[in-house]
Formats: sequence, structure tokens, C-alpha cells
Amino acid sequence: MSTVQGASPRQIVVVGNGMVGARFAEEVARLDPKGERVHVSVVGTEPHAAYNRVLLSGIVAGDYSADQIRLPVPDTPGVTVRTGVTATALDTERRTVALDDGSHLAYDELVLATGARAAFPPITGATAPDGAPGEGVTALRDLADCHRLLALARPGAPVVVLGGGVLGLEAARGLVGRGARVSVVESSPWIMRRQIDQPAARILADRYSALGVAVHSWRVASRWIPGTGLELDDGRILPGDALVVTAGVRGNTELAADAGIGVEHGILVDDALSTSDARVHAIGDCAQHPGGGAGLVQPGWEQAGVLARRLTGTAPNALYTGARPLTRLKAEGIELTAFGRVHEADDAEGLETVTISDPYGGRYAKLSVCEEKVVGAVLLGFPEAAATLSQLFDTGAPVPADRLALLQGLPTAAPEGQGAVAEAPVCRCNAVTRTDIEQAWLDGARTREAIAETTRATTGCGGCVRDVNALLSGMGAQAPAPVA
Amino acid sequence: MTTTHCPYCALQCAMRLEPGPDGRLAARPAPFPTNRGGLCRKGWTSAEVLTVPDRLTRPLIRKDRGSNLVETDWDTALDHVAERLLALAAESGPDTVSVFGSGGLTNEKSYTLGKFARLALGTSQIDYNGRFCMSSAAAGGMRAFGLDRGMPFPLSDVGGAEAVLLAGANPAETMPPMMGHLSAPALLVVDPRRSATAQVALDNGGLHLAPRPGTDLALALGLLHAVRVGGWVDEEFVASRTTGFEAAWEHAAAWWPEHTEQVTGVPAAHIRAAADLLGAAARNRSAYVLTGRGTEQHAKGTDTVSAWINLSLALGLPGRAGSGYGCITGQGNGQGGREHGQKADQLPGYRRIDDPAARAHVAGVWGVEPDTLPGPGRSAFELLDALGTAGGPRAMLLFGSNPAVSAPDSGRVRSRLAALDLLVTADFVLSETAAMSDVVLPVAQWAEESGTMTNLEGRVLRRNRAAEPPPGVRTDLQVLSDLAVRLGQPPERFATDPDTVLAELGRASAGGAADYSGVTPARLDSGEALYWPVRADAAPTPRLFLDSFAHPDGRARFLAVSHRPPAEATDADYPLVATTGRLMGHYQSGAQTRRVPELGRAEPEAYVEVHPDTAARAGLAAGDWARVTSRRGRTRARVRLSPTARLDTVFLPFHFAGDQAANNLTNPALDPTSRMPEFKVSAVRLEPEL
Repeated sequence: MSTVQGASPRQIVVVGNGMVGARFAEEVARLDPKGERVHVSVVGTEPHAAYNRVLLSGIVAGDYSADQIRLPVPDTPGVTVRTGVTATALDTERRTVALDDGSHLAYDELVLATGARAAFPPITGATAPDGAPGEGVTALRDLADCHRLLALARPGAPVVVLGGGVLGLEAARGLVGRGARVSVVESSPWIMRRQIDQPAARILADRYSALGVAVHSWRVASRWIPGTGLELDDGRILPGDALVVTAGVRGNTELAADAGIGVEHGILVDDALSTSDARVHAIGDCAQHPGGGAGLVQPGWEQAGVLARRLTGTAPNALYTGARPLTRLKAEGIELTAFGRVHEADDAEGLETVTISDPYGGRYAKLSVCEEKVVGAVLLGFPEAAATLSQLFDTGAPVPADRLALLQGLPTAAPEGQGAVAEAPVCRCNAVTRTDIEQAWLDGARTREAIAETTRATTGCGGCVRDVNALLSGMGAQAPAPVA
Repeated sequence: MTTTHCPYCALQCAMRLEPGPDGRLAARPAPFPTNRGGLCRKGWTSAEVLTVPDRLTRPLIRKDRGSNLVETDWDTALDHVAERLLALAAESGPDTVSVFGSGGLTNEKSYTLGKFARLALGTSQIDYNGRFCMSSAAAGGMRAFGLDRGMPFPLSDVGGAEAVLLAGANPAETMPPMMGHLSAPALLVVDPRRSATAQVALDNGGLHLAPRPGTDLALALGLLHAVRVGGWVDEEFVASRTTGFEAAWEHAAAWWPEHTEQVTGVPAAHIRAAADLLGAAARNRSAYVLTGRGTEQHAKGTDTVSAWINLSLALGLPGRAGSGYGCITGQGNGQGGREHGQKADQLPGYRRIDDPAARAHVAGVWGVEPDTLPGPGRSAFELLDALGTAGGPRAMLLFGSNPAVSAPDSGRVRSRLAALDLLVTADFVLSETAAMSDVVLPVAQWAEESGTMTNLEGRVLRRNRAAEPPPGVRTDLQVLSDLAVRLGQPPERFATDPDTVLAELGRASAGGAADYSGVTPARLDSGEALYWPVRADAAPTPRLFLDSFAHPDGRARFLAVSHRPPAEATDADYPLVATTGRLMGHYQSGAQTRRVPELGRAEPEAYVEVHPDTAARAGLAAGDWARVTSRRGRTRARVRLSPTARLDTVFLPFHFAGDQAANNLTNPALDPTSRMPEFKVSAVRLEPEL
């Protein structure tokens, strides 16, 4: 890791101080602890230090306070962070970023980590004429949203969550835990439509109902009436002091688009995480990579790691080749993991599916295997299997033969004829078997001490004292006294 | 009859040695607080090593590398060694001669070895196999508490706890009598394998968390996260007795249980359950966190230990009676061996060799000028890896160790040893390293000499002599003295009587962190429990830190550590992770235990523990010979199926040599702080051995 003597570090500007932008700075600090290779300037609109957005639903649930989800700020000479400043324009010719405080930052490399914002469905009352959230309405994207929601959702208050995706369901679980009366409205035929299949969603909805959350799937909201509630397309009105909008996000791509950089629904990037301008890069929710991954933090963090290795020159050829997105619901008492191909018919070509449905127990598992690899799963209430299967999916390792044991989190049965054949010892520490103890008894050892004397059983960890005593009393009861 | 302590691990079980019917000594357990009257099968059979048929009783020497070792007399052997050492040093400077010690040596030998290196050889190039053993825990303890004593409390304290977390420790296999202390507490065992200890935990209502090898640090961060969210942090303790919590938390904040699950493979529900179990016990000040090699032998071992200590500190465990953090020291004198100067950066009394005050004190005891003492040298693997290279040592003197089997990437280490101009090994059998040597010096075994050991609790014990060494065999202290004199040292500077050395060690360590100045034969013989520091005029210290930690501000320090992946990743060519460990019937490189017929019969050869599906995919069935190949080397092992194994992980015991050596595979990537190699994670592939 030597650098050219006297060469000044290259300048990297990061726009966005969210989870991915902050992680990029952290990775750079780790790879270049003295700031000899690059200098990173991070600018972020929010007034506070970067924080862990994924845990906002945990703040709603009361598991965390705002300072507990703060992210570490690299303490290295090569990284500076400016909060409360917004980038307003890019000049890719001059390689500068204009900031809303009137200043400019020059860059050698620019990293866009601008994230995404909540998408508000076109419902009367949901947004004010200026596009801001309407009265009693909030998204759940940042700390300010979180504080607004907590002020509205007092114990006993009715709250409507619009959007039954992951974030909506996590918020609903947190809110009901705080004592709010919660309804969830989902316009798709079932909740978590993108991640899980319908039978799983049905059982999941039942789990929520049991917690006191009313789930209304395949219902479109027509109007938010402040102080009353949310009117649905069937005319029903769900009571609500607050409306939480969790109906998807939209990438913050304007800065890039205005500078003429290629944008579709996100900023287009290749495996080098470069945009149509080779000196401009995009990572996280604002980026659109052919391999997908937007909307989840793990792929964003992987992108941050790859780009940090590239731009510090520690691995100039590092590539990001796409994500294997995995969804894990964070809702107290509900263990739900979903990933990969879960929507195909069970008889799809080359696909092998194992399904366990247990509506009474509130559990459901579906495992999809293709060419001996796990290609998808929905696991509701199978925590052990979820941990194993998600690693099999992640590493692409072959799936074990005993699929049912795998789903139940049980050890595989030993193959035919290859199980344990040797007699299991009673005393492991000294490799003493039942046969040895019986022989010692026949030879006249009648007490545990005498057995220990001849066989050494019980003299190691002492864990087999009870077993040896039981053997002794058993033999005492059944066998005749020795002649000798 | 002689009452003494076992030759093997740091539990230092008490035993009695008496002649059996055949006149040979036999060992029987004796009552003592650590072993509570127990012994494992290694201890029971330990005296058999005294009379193994291939016991060395005459020095061996070879004319040149092409010739065989032949017997010679002591004068010829020692004269030759001294002459060669002087010639090499004259040619290339004092650092051309190196010394390699052991955590199996007594305190007196460890101390004398360090003194011999610095005075008789004038070399900085001394380190020892404890670097492969305790160094990460020692560095982690030092950073957090300002002092490293593996268990800063008596082991028997642990038995009263409600819950004990064992991270990377498998005492049911490696230290069986210790399990006697663990029968009451609920156990939380962190181990990629369903080890014997993990099984005990599950059988008694505890938990087994099985992370993918190399992700323990993430798991410890995840547990800290869950502990805080669960409301189990002891805020008052954190505020009054520690510093740095918030900075450490910022790193743990990224490890919410579901994220931790993705990286470690440990279910989020288990992480929460573990946090609640430990947290509830901690609230009653009745929980311990103990670490072992499984979590420490990594290129990030020190940070991993720090993460476990952070967890303990958040729960308010250290520095209070009834709870705490400790590491389970492995080698017999793994504790004392790291305190008295056989480590590259150290002087007796756990002093730093770069500390001018420490140099002045020790030089005063030794009767030399401080500036004649060399500075810090290379750490163990770096030392071995430099042997015979340009600028590296050309000679090595080796005591109580077998790095040809026990060092990481042992194929590479063997080639470095072979590149030396002179390799001299002191041992009692022809170990694999001894067999490569130019000169082999036959030395006494544990029961043939006396000396002190410091057990895993920091208690100084005395081993008593039960027999005369066989004719022709000398003690290590005698060998060092004989060589020192030939190298021009005054004879009185290198005593051969252990009690005389102990008295000098006491003076050298006086005022240091590990102060042994009050350790005397009389106090040892009285059975007094001498937990260090033991000052001449004061009671020993069974429990450290009760009033204050050893940093100047009296507080323990949280370290802001973050997870990073293992040094090498799996890929299509090396798709599995190999991890290594111990068996109940063998000790370290197996040089001793493989020679005991009962132990050798029970585990005669290397095996690889593998999930049945993983074996089947490799075309292997139970009992087949497998070839396990890493990016560095390969080994042969018999397939043993384990339905509870992780699908991505295989396990190999490291007690076997040659083409069955697990360390042919292991990765010498080093921890930046402790210089511990990454023994526990190697990317490998598994194939049938044709």
C-alpha cells in the first residue's frame, strides 16, 4: 500500500449521507486509514449524522432511540462529512458539485448515493398542493418522519398504514406494540406481493389479525379525511388519526438526470458502478444495476465496498455483479424470510418445490430448488431453516438431500449403513462403555468408587455420575451376586 | 508417592504419581480446586510418556543434511552447537541466531530462555508457540483491562453462575474436568460444530450458536446489539467503570439480529434468546463470558476478543465477584509462559522490552547495562518464515515445541526450517521437528524435574519431581547453562536449580504486572493459592479488578471494533471452509500422546468431520480416505460423517503429522495486533484420496 511520494490524494465527493454513502466513507477509511490515497467529502441534506434507516421501524416499535441508530463517522484524516447541505447541481465538464450554501466542491470522482424517497399514491388528501404530506400523513423514510409518526400515533389512537409491504408491516407491528389500533391497506391481491406467495400471505395476514392488526388486501384507498380516516374504494372508512404511507419509493435521480447522465427509474450503472459519465458513480437505492438490488441495504453496502476498493485503488478491478436480494421481516414475534423465485407454479420446468402449510400453527414454508441449488424460499415461522437456507442461497452451495429435515432445521439422517456403529461411551472422558462397566461389576466392583477405580468412569468431567449410578442400581436389581 | 500436576493443559489437574506393579510410575487423580479430583484420559496415561520405547537418552548429531542423526556425547554436541553459533553470529551478527520457546515450559525455563537469548546470544529473535495460542486473548485483555490474566478469578467461581457463554471453547473435549464447574450454569456455546460442549449445553437447556467460521466477531456485535435492545445494558456500570461505550455501540448498531443472521447463519431468534438468557443472569450478577482458541485464532482474533469483552462490559460482568470475562488458556503454562520474557516484545514480569524503566530494572537484576539488551524481535510466524532468508536468522534453538506440525502452513514452515544452517532441538522424543534438526538434545520430562507453572486462573503451582531423569538426560535449565558458559557467560548467571531461578525470577518480575516476588517454595509447598500478583509482603490476588481496572484511569475500555471477512474467501475451486481443533485423547502436535498406546489406538489417524451431504457430493462415504486441499497444501484424512455439521464446513484435528497434518492447510495470515495466524478458517476442497 505505498503511494507515490508527494502525490496529493485524489478528491472523491459523495452526495448523500445515508446508510450507503456513510458506508462508502467507512470502507474508504478502512482501506486508506491515513488518507494517503484519496480524500472523501460527504455531503448530506439531513441535519444530523448518518443513521441506520433500516431500524426506523424499530424506533416506531420502541426498541431504539434516535441516538442508538447513529452510524459511526470515520475518524480519519481522509474523510470529512458535512451535514445539512444539499447538492443542487452537477457540472460534469468542470467536475464540480454546487451546494445550496452557495459553495462548490471539485471532484476527481463523484459518488451519488442520494437514496430514494417515499412514493405517495395519488389519493385526495394524502399530499398538500405543494407536494408535502397532508395533515396527519407521514412517510417513514427518515428520522423526521419517525418523530412525526410517533407524535400522531399515541396509545389507543387509530392508525392506517397504506402499503402492506415490508416497511408497512414492520411499522404496523411496531405501532400495535405501542398500543395503537392499526389497519393495513394493500392494493395488491396480497401483502408482501413481491416477496411471498399467496398462501404464505394469507397465513401472515392471520398472524397480524391475531395481533389486532386489520389487514385489507386488494383494496384501493380513495380519500384521506384528516381527523376521520381513510376511505376505501368500497366506501368503507378506516378510522385513523394518522396515515403512514409505505407504498413504495422513488429513486432520487434528478441531480443525475439534470446533468445529462443516463437514468431510467434509477441512475443506470454497470458492474463498475459507473454511470454514463465514467467519473460519476452511483450506489444504493438511487442506482439501477442490471442485477437489481435497490430497496435493500445489503446490496447497497456491497456496492459501497466494491466502489471503495475501486476508487482507492486497493482493488481497481473489483466488480459488482448483482445481488441476491433477501427479505427479512423485522417484526416482533414473526419470523419471516423470503428470497428468490417464489411465485412460479410448483410444476414449472426444472423447478422442484417443497411446501409445508400449517395455518393453525401460523407457519408456512416453501422451498424451491433448481439443479440442486436453492433458488427461492418463503419461510414463516421456521427460524432455523431460514438461517441455513439463506446462506445456501447466498453462496450457491448445493442443497442437502433431506429437504424436509432442512426445512425443519433438523440434522440430516445418517445415510444407510453409515450411522454410528461403535458403542457410545457412558464416560466420554475416559472412553468407558456400558460393556466395560458391566464387566467391572462382574469382576466385583459394586460401588461407583469401585467402578471408578477399575474403569476410570466418572473421573473426568463427572457428567456421567448419574448414568453410572443408574447402571449400578440396575445391575444390583437384576443380576445375581457374584460367586467370588 | 509424589503429588504434582499434569504435564498437559492449563487446567493443571493435580495428580499423584506412584510406582505401579511393574515399577513404572502411574498417575492417579488428586483433589484440587480446578480438577475436583478428576482426570481425563490424557492425564491418566501421562506417566507412560516417561518410558516410551523411543525416549531420547543421548544427544544426536548429523554431519551434514544428507547424513542421518547419530548418537554422540554431550560435550561433542554442545561444543559443536556453541562453535557454530559463535561462528554464525560473528559472520552475520547476533540476530542471526534465533530461539523458539513454548507455553509448555515452566516459569523458570521460560524466564531463563528469555535471559539466555538476550544475554548469552544477544539476539532479539526469540518468540514462542504461545503466539499461536493465547496472543489474541492476551492482547484483547490488555487493551480492555490494562492487564492480561486469562481468568482474573478462580475457576470455581464459574460454577455458581446462572449462565456461562463459551465462545470457541470446547472444554468437554479439551479440558474435561473443567466441565465439573459447568454442570449448574446454563451454557451458551458458540462453535461452528455441534461439539461435545455444545451437546452438553443443549442437553441441559442451554443454547448452541453455530456461526460460519470466521464470523464470530459479527455474532458478538449482534449479541451486543440484542443485549442493548433487550434492555440488558448495565448503564450504571458502563457509566462509572468504563469508557468508550458509545463508539463501540456505533459499530454494533449495524448488526441487528436479522443482519447478523445473514452473515453468521445463526438464527436471529437464537441471538435474541442468547441475549435474554445472558442478560437475565447478568442482572443477577451471575454470568460469565469465556473465550477459547476457536474465536481467537483468526487474523481478526484480537478484535473478536474485544467484541466479546465489549459484550461482557455492557452487561456489567468484569471486575465484580460472581461474574466476569476470562479466556481459557490452553497450554500447560500458557499463562506463565507469556509473562516472563520468551516473547519477542517482552521482559520478565509482563514488562515491555521497549519500556526504558523495564529495561533498567531487568538489566539491574541481570547485572548488565540496559543498553546491552536487544529490542523487540519478530513474532512467531514471522520468525519461522524468515528462517534461512536474506536478513533472517540462520540458526534456531528450539525448546518444547514442534512447529513442523503445529505452525500454520506447516509445509512452508518445514521448508524454512530446512533452510537453516543450524537447527538445534531440545526434546525427550524425536518429534517431527527434532527429526529435521542438526543437533537433538535429550531433556528431562515434567516428572523428572521440579518447577512452577501458572494455570489458567493465574495461580502459580509447583510441579514436583517424582523420578530421576534417565541416565544421559539433562534438564532444559542445565542445557541452557552449559551452552551459556560455552558462549562465554559466567556460570553463576545461569542457575540450574529451579528454586534458585524462581528466586531470581521473583526479583526480575517484582513491580511488574505479573509480580511473582512473593512466590517461594515454602508458600507453594504450604498449598497457599498463589494467584498473581503475589508480592513478598502481601496476600495473593484471587480476583483482579474488583476495585479498579489496571488502566491509569481505573476504567475498563470498550474497543470500537467492526467485523471483516476472513483472510481468504471460498470460491468454486475451494468451496468449503476447514476449521481445526483438538481431540480429547491428544495434545498439541501429538508428539507425546501419539506415543501412548491407549491414546494412539483410540485416535490413530487424522480424520475429517463432514456433513453426510457434503461428503456424498465429494464422492465420499464414512471411513473413506479423503484428500483435503487448500491454496497452500493438502492433507489426508479419514471421513467421519456428522449429521449436525454445517454444510459449508469441515473439521480436522491438528494432532497428526506429515501427510496427515491439518496445518498443511492453514492460513498464516496474521492478526495486526497479536500476530496470531488464522488457524480456524481455510478455504478448501474435499476429494477422494486415490
